[in-house]
Amino acid sequence: MVLQNIWVIPAITASSFVLILLFGRRLPNKGAEFGLMALTMTFALASIGAAQWVGRPADLEVEPASTIKSAEAHDEEGGDEDHGNKSDKGHAGEGAKEHAGEGAKEHAEEQDEGGHGAEGTVAEAGEGDEDHGGGHEAEPIRRPVDRRWAWFQTGDVKVQAGTHADGLAMAMLFVVSLISLLVHVFSFSYMHGDERFTHYYAALSLFTTGMFVLVTASNTLQALFGWELMGLCSFMLIGHWWDRDGNKNSSAALKAFFTTRTGDVGLLVGISILFFAAGQTFDIETTNRAALTGQIGSGVLLAAAAALLVAVIGKSAQFPLHTWLPDAMAGPTPVSALIHAATMVVAGVYLVARLYGVFWVAFDIGGGGINPVAVVGAVTILIAAALAFVQADIKKVLAYSTVSQLGFMIMALGVGAWTAGIFHLFTHAFFKACLFLGAGSISHSGSHHSFDMVKDMGGLKDKMPWTFRTFLVATAALAGVPPLAGFWSKDEILLGAGKNGYGLFMVVGLIGAFMTAAYMTRCVYLTFFGEPRGAAAHHHPHESPPLIVVPLQVLAVLSVFAGLLNAPFFGELFGKWTSNSTVLGAGIAHHEFSLVAAALSIAVAFGGIATGYAYYWKGFRVGSLRHDRGPTGMLYRLLVRKYYLDDLYEGFIVRGIREPVARAAYWTNQKVIDAVVNGAGIAARGIARFVYEIIDQRGIDAAVNGAGIASSETGGLLRYIQTGRVQQYAALMLGAAGVFALALALL
Amino acid sequence: MNWFDDWALTLAVFLPMVGVAVLALIPRANEDLHKLVALVTSGATLAVGVGILTRFDYSRSRMPQFEVDRGWIDVINSRYHVFVDGISLPLLALSMLITVLCVIYSWNHFPEPHNPKAFLILMLVLETGMNGTFVAEDLILFFVFFELVLLPMYFMIGVWGGENRQYASIKFFLYTLFGSALMILSFLALFFLAPNTAGQNTFDIPELVAAGASIPRSTQILIFAGLFMGFAIKVPMFPFHTWLPDAHTEAPTVGSVILAAVLLKLGTYGFIRIALPILPEAAEAWAPWIGGLAVIGIIYGALGCLAQRDMKRLIAFSSVAHMGYVMLGISTLTDYGVNAAVFGMVAHGLITGMLFFLAGSIHERYHTRELARLGGILKQAPHLGWILGFCAFASLGLPGLAGFWGEFPAILSAYSPAEALDEGLFRIYMVVAAIGTVLAAGYLLWMFQRTAFGLPKEEFSDAHIHDVHGPEWIAWTPLLVLIVVLGIFPNLLFGITDDAVGVVTQAFARVGG
Repeated sequence: MVLQNIWVIPAITASSFVLILLFGRRLPNKGAEFGLMALTMTFALASIGAAQWVGRPADLEVEPASTIKSAEAHDEEGGDEDHGNKSDKGHAGEGAKEHAGEGAKEHAEEQDEGGHGAEGTVAEAGEGDEDHGGGHEAEPIRRPVDRRWAWFQTGDVKVQAGTHADGLAMAMLFVVSLISLLVHVFSFSYMHGDERFTHYYAALSLFTTGMFVLVTASNTLQALFGWELMGLCSFMLIGHWWDRDGNKNSSAALKAFFTTRTGDVGLLVGISILFFAAGQTFDIETTNRAALTGQIGSGVLLAAAAALLVAVIGKSAQFPLHTWLPDAMAGPTPVSALIHAATMVVAGVYLVARLYGVFWVAFDIGGGGINPVAVVGAVTILIAAALAFVQADIKKVLAYSTVSQLGFMIMALGVGAWTAGIFHLFTHAFFKACLFLGAGSISHSGSHHSFDMVKDMGGLKDKMPWTFRTFLVATAALAGVPPLAGFWSKDEILLGAGKNGYGLFMVVGLIGAFMTAAYMTRCVYLTFFGEPRGAAAHHHPHESPPLIVVPLQVLAVLSVFAGLLNAPFFGELFGKWTSNSTVLGAGIAHHEFSLVAAALSIAVAFGGIATGYAYYWKGFRVGSLRHDRGPTGMLYRLLVRKYYLDDLYEGFIVRGIREPVARAAYWTNQKVIDAVVNGAGIAARGIARFVYEIIDQRGIDAAVNGAGIASSETGGLLRYIQTGRVQQYAALMLGAAGVFALALALL
Repeated sequence: MNWFDDWALTLAVFLPMVGVAVLALIPRANEDLHKLVALVTSGATLAVGVGILTRFDYSRSRMPQFEVDRGWIDVINSRYHVFVDGISLPLLALSMLITVLCVIYSWNHFPEPHNPKAFLILMLVLETGMNGTFVAEDLILFFVFFELVLLPMYFMIGVWGGENRQYASIKFFLYTLFGSALMILSFLALFFLAPNTAGQNTFDIPELVAAGASIPRSTQILIFAGLFMGFAIKVPMFPFHTWLPDAHTEAPTVGSVILAAVLLKLGTYGFIRIALPILPEAAEAWAPWIGGLAVIGIIYGALGCLAQRDMKRLIAFSSVAHMGYVMLGISTLTDYGVNAAVFGMVAHGLITGMLFFLAGSIHERYHTRELARLGGILKQAPHLGWILGFCAFASLGLPGLAGFWGEFPAILSAYSPAEALDEGLFRIYMVVAAIGTVLAAGYLLWMFQRTAFGLPKEEFSDAHIHDVHGPEWIAWTPLLVLIVVLGIFPNLLFGITDDAVGVVTQAFARVGG
């Protein structure tokens, strides 16, 4: 059964990495064959695993942990069933362990966990149920499949490595392996002839491994491994062309690693806090349970969640640490697709979704107030969408679009729309990968390696019909045109925000959706319509080869249909498949599809498209607003300078530390601390001269001469001793000893 | 094999001296024979080490093993008492391995003024001192070995060093000696104040561990001060670190490697083996200060790195920061912390040792270590460049490589220090230490970017730069492999140390344990 053995998936890509490094160069396809083979295998395994997950009986019943005050957030559906058998369920979950009994040396253990929402605080919980409406007696879910191995021990704690297969993990494995496979295929043509082709494929394999490790991890420490592994690989891939354009590419790589690493301070701290708070364990399930059942003090939990949020902001490129992501476009385009669609940046979203119990309780997400997660997401949606309007580089438009969409996901999680958040992650992966690969296709065959829409594109729709069609479909999906994928997931987010008491955030989401539709319309216009400009006019654009077009087509098809997985008339399957004990334990509200909300979101999407159409196709302008002067001019400059954040970070903070602060520290080192040492040396020499005359000269001389004779074999060395410094210091040593003896005696 | 168990540690310590004796007899001109003898000697010592590793009983790593306890200087009741347990074993193995690798690396790399005979003699004398320190269980014996390493390193820097070698070597020698003076005083105080159960004064460490707690707290604190000075200078801890950048920068490559990989650990080892278990109350009193200096060292060392223009000096400063994590772990007085410290010691030995090897090899090829003049190493010597990148990532604590296990558990342990310590204070330390990881990424990646990425500078664009050659591969591969293996299977080390660390920390209860 694949679910018990999902460790195989990262193992395959890790082996592929090693094999490519060892033998890649000697093979006809320079190692790409290993990557392609590995990803085909992992995609097959992930698909089988996902199918097995779907086929698993849903027999685990989970109680909401009632310490959460979610009175306002309850929903209408679901019957108020009997609460009598609570403790039974708890025991059933605990007791359902079975030993796989294989791998004797590894102490492999499979255990089905679950039902732990029902211990400890359940007794006090009864009284609350009436008030809450008791609507959380949700339908049973599938049991996650856990597996553990002894990893290491320190103190009295044995830390286990393990895999945790559940709906969320399987959905992620499916998406990641699929997108990565398509990126591998695409790259085969796109990167053809690159001088570091082998390295490139090796890094792709390792990158994918990092994401696999993260999504299969059963504990935070293992997740950290995957998380940082991706950081390393993004460094390697963004800086892939480190020998071009001076330091530009390698600086972008550094910036990406460095910014996410800044966020990782929060991860290190957060993991440390949770480790002790959850009773000295890194296990994620246990941590969620402890948070939901109120075993962790609210102050501690808040500190942990705040720290983790910092990490999420760094990794998922949320405001104000989003600035690395557009720069990361310096890497090869398929890498951008991989980073933006399925790996790296969604790691932060995944972390929140995975440790949702912690965030839910710490920020009282069920309470409907303003909380940091939702705010970060909402702010990011708007500021990034605004930036997308002023970009000339097609990849940067898409990059800011990603930042903005990640904002949607984070906001969804922040307003309690858990399923909507991860569903948006799921659908976004398809159309964003399609858009990035489309941009790659354009630069490959249409604009002669340029990404500048304003200078080198335009009028490509007839020259590159398939690229155009797929790009258009993906754009529509991103803009939220029904019934394409993005519509369903975005609509759910807005619905969740509205129903959970986060009205303001719903408005932000609607504005964001409007902007998304508008900037993508602009992007399509500049790329495919109008007169060909620059390279598009002079370099004979043509359609890309099949290895590039086919992945686009696959992704376009998925962009159309993926959204149906959670559509109401198909039974909202995605939500049922991914539901887990944390979601049920938190008592997250579920909302029925609402026609009003859907209508609103459709109106906004078409409004955005219409605005873009009117502006670009019809040349419609509002009065005398101009981008080079007046208030709109100021706004324009603000956007072009990216809110001056890069100036703040690079010009002020980074340079500040590198130059004045580091210099000052070093100056202190040389001129103060070291001066004291040297001064002590000089003073001691004075004292030593004095002591030297008093202490029996012959005694020391004898010792020194003895040492001298012993080492005289080495010839010239003796002269160092003869300078007399050693004697002086021997004297100093005695002097110091005397001082200390005096101190001891005085005591 | 009882014979082996009785003699293993003595062989491990004194076999190199046999090599020294042989080398001394061989005429200076016969260089190849010198190299061969040194290789065989250090190899044989390593073989003894492998024997110890295989015969060590890992299920009882807290117990003394391969113990020898014989009379030595009866007048002061000082004994030849040696053993290994889970804490000293990894360090002993590290010391043996590094020595062999240094001999191999030196094969065609003897720095000016050449003279392999003297150089190799010094290296082997060093090995005796290092191995001896890690197995000595008598304070006088410990002191003798602890001091024995000074002299060869002094000569190594002073004779084979860079331009400023005289200043650096004397500073190194005297600074450490200064600390030692205070340390020996504390040893004497322990001798007089903590008699064993039979009422005799003793230098025996296990006996002192049993008897030390009987010393009044205020006296403990004072005695600890002497030990602290001795060990903290050796580590080195901020603000006693200024000998280190000079010594490292001036030392020949192999000297730097041994200095970073092993000598610095003598100080941290002293804390774990002597200061903490013998003087638990004083350790509790001193721990907040040690922790504070440790985190200052982490940030300060990193800032020092950022200000450097010389690659080797940058790596030297990074040791101040890394040893800060080790000391932070120790200062928590917890299992986690001390385990992390021992892991950090080994990891730092492997990684920073590698970085110094690399700095040496780069210097040899480009005749400069100035960051501004280097660049594009990946173009001219790709293997060298990628190994540098690998080590940079290992050094910044990337999970999956050894450095992580010294760093993260130390940060983790600071969240919940021993009961007697101020939790709030240590949590601040935790955050500061975590911020240090960002700065570490900064200086290491900037170094990597400036040396390896881009194109070679004009002055070297036509230079023929040899990629990694034979002896380098042989010397480096074991280190690189260990960095990965320990990174993925940390229990290889934690499994050895954990039990033994429990003995050290049993005097301290942990908050919220």
